[in-house]
Amino acid sequence: MSEQHSEHHIVSPKVYGTILVALLICTVLTYYVAGIDLGIFNNFVALGIAVFKATLVILFFMHMYYSTRLLWIVVAGSFFWLALMLLITLGDYVTRSWDIQHRIFF
Amino acid sequence: MHSSDHSAHHPALAHHFHDLHQQKDATWLAMWVFLATEIMFFGGLFLAYVVYRSSYPEAFAMASNRLNVPMGLGNTFVLILSSFTMAMSVYSAQVGKKGGTIVAWLILTLLLGSTFLVVKTFEYREKFEHHLVPGRHFDFYSHWEGHESAASHEGASASHETANKTSHEASASHEGASGKTKGVREVQIFFGLYFAMTGLHAFHMIIGAGLLIWLIVLALKGKFSAEYNSPVELVGLYWHFVDIVWIFLFPLLYLLGRHYHS
Repeated sequence: MSEQHSEHHIVSPKVYGTILVALLICTVLTYYVAGIDLGIFNNFVALGIAVFKATLVILFFMHMYYSTRLLWIVVAGSFFWLALMLLITLGDYVTRSWDIQHRIFF
Repeated sequence: MHSSDHSAHHPALAHHFHDLHQQKDATWLAMWVFLATEIMFFGGLFLAYVVYRSSYPEAFAMASNRLNVPMGLGNTFVLILSSFTMAMSVYSAQVGKKGGTIVAWLILTLLLGSTFLVVKTFEYREKFEHHLVPGRHFDFYSHWEGHESAASHEGASASHETANKTSHEASASHEGASGKTKGVREVQIFFGLYFAMTGLHAFHMIIGAGLLIWLIVLALKGKFSAEYNSPVELVGLYWHFVDIVWIFLFPLLYLLGRHYHS
């Protein structure tokens, strides 16, 4: 069974430092973009940057980039369940109420 | 099968694992399964946020503009920095650095985490002073003619009562709502979600701080080596997860109304 064990990769401080700088830059970026009126695109940009930052944290700070396929499935699965919960509930809210106009994209 | 040679075992290797590698894979898997439940835990609150924000976008934008953005932004930097120092704690443990180096990075992480919580305390205090905590004393307008004049309103509580009352009535009848009294009920929903989401996040930070103290004690006792450092790695995973939650909370709560002027 030993072929299933990955060699545990040690992420170097250089990688951690690079990710730190990238995260700080993205934080400044998200702050400045929020002040510009882009209409509905403010939401896409804000969420896009947040998803990008979260991806960096998961891949490198949390070592997913170097992890086993089993772990990838668990992580992908957990976000899949989250997506199910969000999409099914929102699908209901958007199509059901007649008194309140739900604007998902604000 | 493999239980024969006990003397060759690493002291940290549990008997039901073949070797330290397998043990490590199993602990990482278990931690991620736990984090999956945490994702769903916070996910419910994010879902509530999306549903209510899509119902009352203007009220949410107005309410968001009353949060303290400099404190939120500063805390974002502090938390990202703490994720870096946590990652460095993991690195120090993995390459088998002496306890002192691991302890130094862990203490730095603990200090940054505590800084976050202290700033959060001041933010909550400000919300109480501005009557922005949902409930009987919620008062969105009387304490807000720009930041500075909020304190000077202290004496005029009688006029607050009436202003508050009319605003409640106005929002109840919905149709008759006009100008400044519009949407007070909806604004309370934002602050309810604000306290629930940041409160649950802060609670996770407090637990994380406790875990860091536990790691510091273990590191001081010299328990960690290049072969065995799972507690540091797993607390690291937890700490980074809490960081990710904040990465979403900051734009969704603090920044959503910044381009909205009214």
